[in-house]
Amino acid sequence: MATHAAFMPGEQVTTTQRVLWSWITTVDHKRIGILYGTSAFIFFLVGGIEALIMRLQLARPDNTLVGPERFNELFTMHGTTMIFLAVMPLSAAFFNFMLPLLIGARDVAFPRLNALSYWVFLSGALFLNFSWVVGMAPDGGWFGYANLTSAQFSPTHTIDFWLLGLQILGISSMLAGFNFIVTIINMRAPGMTLMRMPLFVWMSFVTQFLLVLAFPAITVGLILLMFDRFFGTLFYSPAAGGDPLLWQHLFWIFGHPEVYILILPAMGIVSEVLPTFARKPLFGAPVVIYSGIMIGFLGFGVWSHHMFSVGMGPVADAAFSISTMLIAVPTGVKILNWISTLWGGRIRFTTALYMALGFIAMFTMGGLSGVMHASPPVDLQQTDTYFVVAHFHYVLFGGSIFGLFAGIYYWWPKITGRLLDERLGQWHFWLMMLGFNMTFFPQHFLGLIGMPRRIYTYAPDLGWNFWNMVSTIGSFIIAVSILFFIVNVAKTMRSGAVAGDDPWDGRTLEWSIPSPPPVYNFTRIPTVHGRDDFWLQKHGDGHGGKPAGRPAPVTKADLASIHMPPPSYWPILLGASLLFMFAGALISIYQVILGGLLTLFCMYRFALEYHRPAAGHGH
Amino acid sequence: MADHAATHAAHDPNMGITGIDHRKMGMWAFLGSDCMFFGALIGTYLSYKGKSLGGPTPHEIFNIPLTSISAFVLLMSSVWMVLALNYLRLNNMRWAKFWILMTALFGAWFVGNQVYEFNQFVDEGLTLQTSLFGSSFFTLTGFHGAHVTGGVIWLLSLWVLANMGKLGPQDYLKVEIAGLYWHFVDIVWIAIFTLVYLIP
Repeated sequence: MATHAAFMPGEQVTTTQRVLWSWITTVDHKRIGILYGTSAFIFFLVGGIEALIMRLQLARPDNTLVGPERFNELFTMHGTTMIFLAVMPLSAAFFNFMLPLLIGARDVAFPRLNALSYWVFLSGALFLNFSWVVGMAPDGGWFGYANLTSAQFSPTHTIDFWLLGLQILGISSMLAGFNFIVTIINMRAPGMTLMRMPLFVWMSFVTQFLLVLAFPAITVGLILLMFDRFFGTLFYSPAAGGDPLLWQHLFWIFGHPEVYILILPAMGIVSEVLPTFARKPLFGAPVVIYSGIMIGFLGFGVWSHHMFSVGMGPVADAAFSISTMLIAVPTGVKILNWISTLWGGRIRFTTALYMALGFIAMFTMGGLSGVMHASPPVDLQQTDTYFVVAHFHYVLFGGSIFGLFAGIYYWWPKITGRLLDERLGQWHFWLMMLGFNMTFFPQHFLGLIGMPRRIYTYAPDLGWNFWNMVSTIGSFIIAVSILFFIVNVAKTMRSGAVAGDDPWDGRTLEWSIPSPPPVYNFTRIPTVHGRDDFWLQKHGDGHGGKPAGRPAPVTKADLASIHMPPPSYWPILLGASLLFMFAGALISIYQVILGGLLTLFCMYRFALEYHRPAAGHGH
Repeated sequence: MADHAATHAAHDPNMGITGIDHRKMGMWAFLGSDCMFFGALIGTYLSYKGKSLGGPTPHEIFNIPLTSISAFVLLMSSVWMVLALNYLRLNNMRWAKFWILMTALFGAWFVGNQVYEFNQFVDEGLTLQTSLFGSSFFTLTGFHGAHVTGGVIWLLSLWVLANMGKLGPQDYLKVEIAGLYWHFVDIVWIAIFTLVYLIP
């Protein structure tokens, strides 16, 4: 069980070539999760380096480390990378690896489609970053406001890399969304009713709906932009009567649900970590679930609070202000539930728990400044200043990143079979906490005394010098904390303590199987009797109810009945054809046509790979 | 289909605990998402309605009789789709194939009408680059036409498979999913026809 080599869920393979081939053709949700996680972490480092260069440039007034053009590229690519290539795929890594385990399934509903999502994601990520290689990195901001992105003001391919890259990434996210919606609804183990699903499953479930319903809006926005730039349409052209606000609406109808796409998975992780280490059920779990659904619904009705400064009129401002303040209610409910979960618990202070506590504290602060600029008059003071930069880093770094690291420390032993080092983990946590607050708290002050976002330098007599220097030092402390994490991973892979099946006395189904899990996850699909089913099996319900006891031993018939999908190379070929087609948009129409035909061919092979002949048995 | 689902749940890897096939549920999820896609495109068209600074206006160039025929053709193709599924359920491959082909041909007829209509509009001076109306009209109806074209290719692929003997009554679900997509595209056209063509 625990003797499986780390990073090798699945059958043993001997030569490097076969290992590589088996990863390229894998349809195993666990391996795809590891691929997502590894790629996302690399892009997290890339986005982090971009941030460090910006902080170095801003450390002192009138600095000349990078010029204005390069600075524009850096903040555009930092935002785009961290959102689409780091936080979303890190969440996707957990969806992939953990969701089937948490609902008692052997794989996702569409294993090959799952592989396709990953390869399309990688295609989009490489395409976007290839812009650095050819010296045309996107420079229009991560929300690429029209009409700065028009052919008139951005004549080179910079914006094209951005809009095509985001469309590729959108395809990947939506395919994954369909897959996980079906997986969660259709592949739960017997007895796992919706209300018995673990909280991470619930929050991921809401996230998938946000993904498939919000991405079409940005897809349309990007298609209109693409048509404007490539075919001369007039959507964002004020000279023809077009309204650049159309872009802002389409972008933020996607953009605000996207915020919840980034934070809900982290909320789900924290809702798993806290009960485990407090050894108590999640306080008011159904209410946490309802709050998550509520956030998902309200998330579609608040987008214009990103646009108060364009002057939409008092009615629209008031409506969006009220809906934005409303969304603080379910969020606040969750925070109180998490704190109540800790109340009276027998708490074990592991790094995973520290990260989850960090999440609660930092996310609450980010939430409070969010409620501040829900009010239009306040927002008009703060918009486009460093105050907003501070706010969204408190929710996206203080929230998402702390939450995701909680998940990494919590599930690492399940994924690799080895425990991350707790001492190095503590260094990582405390340095990240210190560095994070040093970097971003002073940015509240900077914003309130008037420092605008996206400026590449500033004059020395504005009173911004001290806090900018503090912020830069803080950012390097974050970098050091991440180094501690990397060292921890390297150390663990060589000589980490063996985790065993259930190192944390866990509550959910994934802890009932070996670490790392066998390729088929469960030798026998479990039957679920309540929320936190594995805990009930081990300890009873805590009110005098007897432990349900471990299920009967596995028989040969159980093993013989397991059928896992075979590997396939069509997902990666389909992903590559799609990349070839999109890249053609910057090179030649013939490449687009050829890429389109290749994509169509791969789609046929993909669709018909397991289409059995009609001569087979009739039902 | 319900008892079918129950008896085969044990060894059919695509059958979910809800009794709904994974692939069918996946198609419903996709259609939900596609609603938002067309919603955003239709919203764009409506918000730019009457805002063009020049060029032909919608009701100067719309050919309502032609488009009404297109709408009728597409609606009829949905009826053929239902007939195809009916014969497939009755194990009558000959007629099932016939109606699948008819569905595809009526879809192709619709697309042909659209190509003719677009050419007419270009001749009358409306292109993608003429005005906001040109940009938003061609983009919205063009994406719908692309959806219909995708459906035609899908249905023809099923028809070819059936003729090769590789699609039979046991593949009911695969045809049914294509049908779901087809009906959806049809319903979107009802919305576009009403909002774009009929409302002055």
